[in-house]
Amino acid sequence: MADVLTFTDRGIYCPAGDFYIDPWRPVDRALITHGHADHSRWGMQRYLATEAAAPVMRHRLGDVTLQTIRYGEERRIGDATVSFHPAGHVPGSAQIRVEVKGDVWVASGDYKTVADGLSEPFEPVRCHAFITECTFGLPVFTWLAEDVLTAQINGWWAANAAAGRTSIIGAYALGKAQRLLTCVDPSIGPILTHGAVENTNAVLRAQGIALPDTIRVTPDTKGADHPGALVIATPSALGTTWARRFGPSSTAFASGWMALRGVRRRRAADRGFVVSDHADWDGLNAAIKETGATRIFATHGYTSAFQRWLSEQGYDAHIVSTEYTGETGDDADDAPADPPAAGSDTVAAGDPAPPQSGDATPPQAGV
Amino acid sequence: MKDFAALYARIDESTKTTVKVAALADYFRTAPDDDKLWTAALFTGRRPKRTITATRLRDWAAERAGIPLWLFEESYGIVGDLAETISLTLPPATHASDLPLTHWIMEIRRLSALDDAARKAGILRAWDSLPGSERYLFTKLLTGSFRVGVSAKLMTRALAQATGGDEANLTHRLMGGWTPDTTTWSDLIETTDPSADLSRPYPFYLAYGLEDLAALGPATDWSAEWKWDGIRGQFILRGGEHHLWSRGEDLMTDRFPELAQLRDFLPDGTVIDGEVLAFRDETPLSFNTLQARIGRKTVPKKLLTDAPVILMAYDLLEDAGTDIRALPFADRRARLTQIIAATPDTAPLRLSPGVTFSDWDRLTAARATSRERNAEGLMLKRLDSPYLAGRKKGDWWKWKVDPLTIDAVMIYAQQGSGRRANLFTDYTFAVWDGDALVPFTKAYSGLTDAEFRQITAWVRKNTLQKFGPVRQVTPQHVFELAFEGIQASPRHKSGVALRFPRMLRWRHDKPLAEANTLDDLRAMLAAHG
Repeated sequence: MADVLTFTDRGIYCPAGDFYIDPWRPVDRALITHGHADHSRWGMQRYLATEAAAPVMRHRLGDVTLQTIRYGEERRIGDATVSFHPAGHVPGSAQIRVEVKGDVWVASGDYKTVADGLSEPFEPVRCHAFITECTFGLPVFTWLAEDVLTAQINGWWAANAAAGRTSIIGAYALGKAQRLLTCVDPSIGPILTHGAVENTNAVLRAQGIALPDTIRVTPDTKGADHPGALVIATPSALGTTWARRFGPSSTAFASGWMALRGVRRRRAADRGFVVSDHADWDGLNAAIKETGATRIFATHGYTSAFQRWLSEQGYDAHIVSTEYTGETGDDADDAPADPPAAGSDTVAAGDPAPPQSGDATPPQAGV
Repeated sequence: MKDFAALYARIDESTKTTVKVAALADYFRTAPDDDKLWTAALFTGRRPKRTITATRLRDWAAERAGIPLWLFEESYGIVGDLAETISLTLPPATHASDLPLTHWIMEIRRLSALDDAARKAGILRAWDSLPGSERYLFTKLLTGSFRVGVSAKLMTRALAQATGGDEANLTHRLMGGWTPDTTTWSDLIETTDPSADLSRPYPFYLAYGLEDLAALGPATDWSAEWKWDGIRGQFILRGGEHHLWSRGEDLMTDRFPELAQLRDFLPDGTVIDGEVLAFRDETPLSFNTLQARIGRKTVPKKLLTDAPVILMAYDLLEDAGTDIRALPFADRRARLTQIIAATPDTAPLRLSPGVTFSDWDRLTAARATSRERNAEGLMLKRLDSPYLAGRKKGDWWKWKVDPLTIDAVMIYAQQGSGRRANLFTDYTFAVWDGDALVPFTKAYSGLTDAEFRQITAWVRKNTLQKFGPVRQVTPQHVFELAFEGIQASPRHKSGVALRFPRMLRWRHDKPLAEANTLDDLRAMLAAHG
């Protein structure tokens, strides 16, 4: 029996349905797991995504042919049946289930297994083959409980406010920023947002997602007018002239990479909060177990170690080379979904400060 | 341990000196005396020695975490720090305690005396009762690798703030051979008789590199001498006993037994700042010769003959038991000259010769001859300068000769650790020998963080082969390396060994084929070796 999904140099491909999942080259029909730039790229003839993911994609990709689908709704494409299921990564994110003649494959995109109070919570999907990310696929990555993390961030903000300092935190414009907005305590002070964050906020609010009140930072914004404020900025805005307008301040960075002291110190922010929209080690292992799958394909992250670990656990595990970047600890997510320049075969992924992959020479794609 | 972990976190999180000093001062105001004493010891590099091998700790940690050893090793490679890897990998603590820092240090000592099974049980118990950062710090202490981003100088400042003591006095008190076992907080910091410890050295006066010769003013205000390439040392003779301290506050007395005879020639109550130099026939030998003596606690007879040392005296800090650091350099130097003149030529002691000059041009010309004298350059000292403590600008300057340089090709890269974890920062370089690239040195420093990040991304995409943590990369990038000296070395494939190699520039402009050759290196060896 032919594989339901195959791995090509354009992306994950379904021969039975003649479509791609999160392709990185222009194709006719693309099923998109979520709106981050490394998964949702410009240049496809037709897009299919969840209703909740569509507004951000339209915002980022412009006028594209985009059909939507509800979570759990089954749709026939060629000889394949597809459905989208919550991945818990960002609002609207999905795992894509593809069934051909009773053989079920699931492509996870990016996912996290704990509820963040914002994204539709992750739902395990039973399947025969599971394509998983493993951005944080090493046992050193274990996330704190959400309430502990929230207390840390609020404590930092409140202490700064009491000391007359502005709190500036760097986070991805889609997902991480809104997750922070959802978890912080707005009674501590006003919340200001970088333009890129506020643009995404506006899109999400328009689709009915409740977020606390925020104030957009404009060229005229002064820190002195907003004492005790929390500023949610893109990571690249930290330490720039943009950030200097806020006067005395404490900076923080929210990323899964902040679990590592070396990365934390290199970032040179005052604080590093371990906040990730990807599954930690336990989350990855639990998710894989719950699918009941025997064949596992690891896409991006510590693929070689994770594949070996899964093989030792008795899985038929493989590494797949993709162009997904996962969480890079910088602005990769905010890189524009660039129209492919002629002859360009590289992906703007920014500067991959933290490790992208434990494996410098990934084996060839395809199985 | 919670207080200590909180202190460590405050220091580790901040890049601001004032915040670090304030955190330490708060701690010194509130912590129990034993913990303060240990903290002062740890922050001045007086770490407890490692009593257990890293291999054992890895085995036990992997077992406790329920992961195979290879996966632990893989994680260690990414994290770059053993204690951090352990603290991140182990399951959360099951029973929290708050025992003081001193308790855990004593526990580490107690365990070191036990057999393997008992040690393992004790360490697992400790890991299980210490949450997050406390577990990390305990393990850092256990592996003898505790370090903190605060200099002894800043710690002393905090101590001065907390105790109301004088910073210079505290600096002096914290020097020397004390450990928490040989003193108490009260004796070390609070008693009024700091001279109780006869072995205690004075803080070294350190110079910055010269920035602007023209700014020094008239040449007649200055004295110059050679900057020798040995080991800076402070020789102390008090109460009939002698001690030799390194700049890093290591006691080196036993490593250089020939200096013991100076007890017979120098008056009691003498402290000399100088350079330990390999020396024969009135000529300084290369640093390479001295290297054989470094790190040897006991010295075999043959080595004493092959690499004899002397103390090249720069300055006199204590004369007849009196601290004379406040006197002008010219006066101290005159007294030093007198003392040395009274010693016989057979004594392993020389006065560092002055370089006479009437104007800066002549001095510049003299500096150009440094390398052939086995000197690193010149030291300039203002004639009326006191002997200060620590690195200070203004009165003393070092004026080193320009380094030797070579353009080399990067062929291997390895990840750093600590702040450089996850970055490829340690490179091996090669020069051309015909069509082959011959490795000849490693270098770790000299690039900016941005350049290291750029190279790291490149290394990931251009790895040809992995040898454990080392990656062989496509030969493509050329770097200009600087180094202070070159020696023949049978241990190296290239036949040469460099002194203090570092990266001066990334030569984006230089094609691979135009890197230097092994013959170029040999020519340098012939000229400067």
